[in-house]
Amino acid sequence: MSAVQVTGVSKIFNQGTPKQVDALIDVNLTVEPGEFVSLIGPSGCGKSTLLRLIANLLEPTTGSVTVNSKSASQSRLDQDYGMAFQQAGLFDWRTVAKNIELPLELKGWDKDKRAARAQEMLELVKLPEFAELYPWQLSGGMQQRIAIARALAAHPPLLLMDEPFGALDEMTREYMQGELLRICAETSTTVVFVTHSIPEAVYLSNRVVVMSPRPGRITDLISVNLGAKRNEDTRAAADFFTGITAVREALRGTHADHANAGAVRGVEDR
Amino acid sequence: MNRFARRAAYRTSMFVLSIVLVVALWEMYKVVGPQDGGKLFGAGVLPRSNDTAMPHVWTMLSRYGRPEVRGSDKRVWVVVLEGAWFSFRLSIVGFLLGSSIGVGLSILMSRFRIVERGLLPYLVVSQTVPLIALAPLVALWGGKLSIFGIEWPRWFSAAVLGAFLSFFPITVGTLRGLASAPAAAVELMESYAASWKQILLKLRFPSAIPYMIPAFKLGASGSVVGVVVAEISTGLKGGIGRLIIEYAREATADPAKVFTAVFGAAALGLTMAGVIAISDVYLMRNRPKETTS
Repeated sequence: MSAVQVTGVSKIFNQGTPKQVDALIDVNLTVEPGEFVSLIGPSGCGKSTLLRLIANLLEPTTGSVTVNSKSASQSRLDQDYGMAFQQAGLFDWRTVAKNIELPLELKGWDKDKRAARAQEMLELVKLPEFAELYPWQLSGGMQQRIAIARALAAHPPLLLMDEPFGALDEMTREYMQGELLRICAETSTTVVFVTHSIPEAVYLSNRVVVMSPRPGRITDLISVNLGAKRNEDTRAAADFFTGITAVREALRGTHADHANAGAVRGVEDR
Repeated sequence: MNRFARRAAYRTSMFVLSIVLVVALWEMYKVVGPQDGGKLFGAGVLPRSNDTAMPHVWTMLSRYGRPEVRGSDKRVWVVVLEGAWFSFRLSIVGFLLGSSIGVGLSILMSRFRIVERGLLPYLVVSQTVPLIALAPLVALWGGKLSIFGIEWPRWFSAAVLGAFLSFFPITVGTLRGLASAPAAAVELMESYAASWKQILLKLRFPSAIPYMIPAFKLGASGSVVGVVVAEISTGLKGGIGRLIIEYAREATADPAKVFTAVFGAAALGLTMAGVIAISDVYLMRNRPKETTS
């Protein structure tokens, strides 16, 4: 059973009008349980669109998306995934703990169970003493950790992230990457991660999905051989740079100017 | 807390200072202004500064302490206070009515685009109808109504006109507020498969509050204006509007008296705005400080 199965998916916005945009054309992608997969590519390549199709925030024009062997819409209703965006998107009027409880509240959990889970999540992201503070009293990195705690509060098997560290400074960003890997390992969560940072994609992922714009499509799949355990030393390892070079090579030619010249290479077909 | 106290002290002193300034300007004009009015560049723009048109501030204030009519043991301040209290209660009824209508309409309009497109122009037009023309009509229609055997009380017409002036800013402000929730937050709620009602209660309303508070302030003062005007034009007894009319008739003989009622009406408006300001402080107590005004 695969965690995510995307089969022959196309997404066309404003079909049949002069403003028609082919956001995604014939995309196939399989994500195995426990895998960490990054989607990378220049802007307009449809990586965020693909993530939203998996999240069922958008419907595909053609093709099908299944999550945990269920239709995407069913898995959204069942809360099979959590989501985190570039903006932490915490609610200003709720305390940190209440923000984490939000998805549980919507599922109708009772108060004590919610509070216990919120505390558990706060410990997971190493901010247990911040429960009663308000989001605006925290730094950007802390807010993003709370957003991850919220996304994982209902213990979903899948985490969907759209450039979650894009607004953070470099040091915080690297720290957060380490934290994310630790959290996902502890909770054995599958992750689909949208980014436009090559080192970030390589450091985090088991596989990097390289995408290209106009029309949006997958041009390459690169496996990263850095092993399961990654730490700060990984960033200096030879395999890390090999991975970065491989992704960079794959991205070259996906840029809009070269989009027509670049042939479709190594599209996964399983 | 100390910072808060200092700010409160600063605000209070500025308020007092502004009153002192107005009083000083008033009295200064009485000294330098022409007794029987004057012309400036050929137009009669300078108001009369004699004691009939512009009584001294202390005459007005001392008028509060004297009996309302000769020989009565009821002093003016008691009468004005009673009138203000009567109108205050009507304004509250009007305001509550207006805010329920306003919030209800804005929920409907934010839910159904078509309702917004169809209704909003009429709401805008409704506000251009002169209140003074509408007031006798409402009193006339209301007087013929009887719901479940309960007669439409006369005071209710005034409250309805208060509601008429207060619902509009509340509708528009709440509508904008409900639409102000960031798209990413709505998307987040949708990713949680939240229902429309859950999104409304847990996201849209909390994000609307910074927009709703100024709208409710306008609505509250609108309700006071509506009630006072309705009292005047329907001849409803007991309120501050009626007092203004009655005292104005005595303006030549007792010029300070009408000002006592006018100040009463102003205090009424300030009290209503104050009630909203207090709820503002309460509702926004845990929000980032930049957004509180």
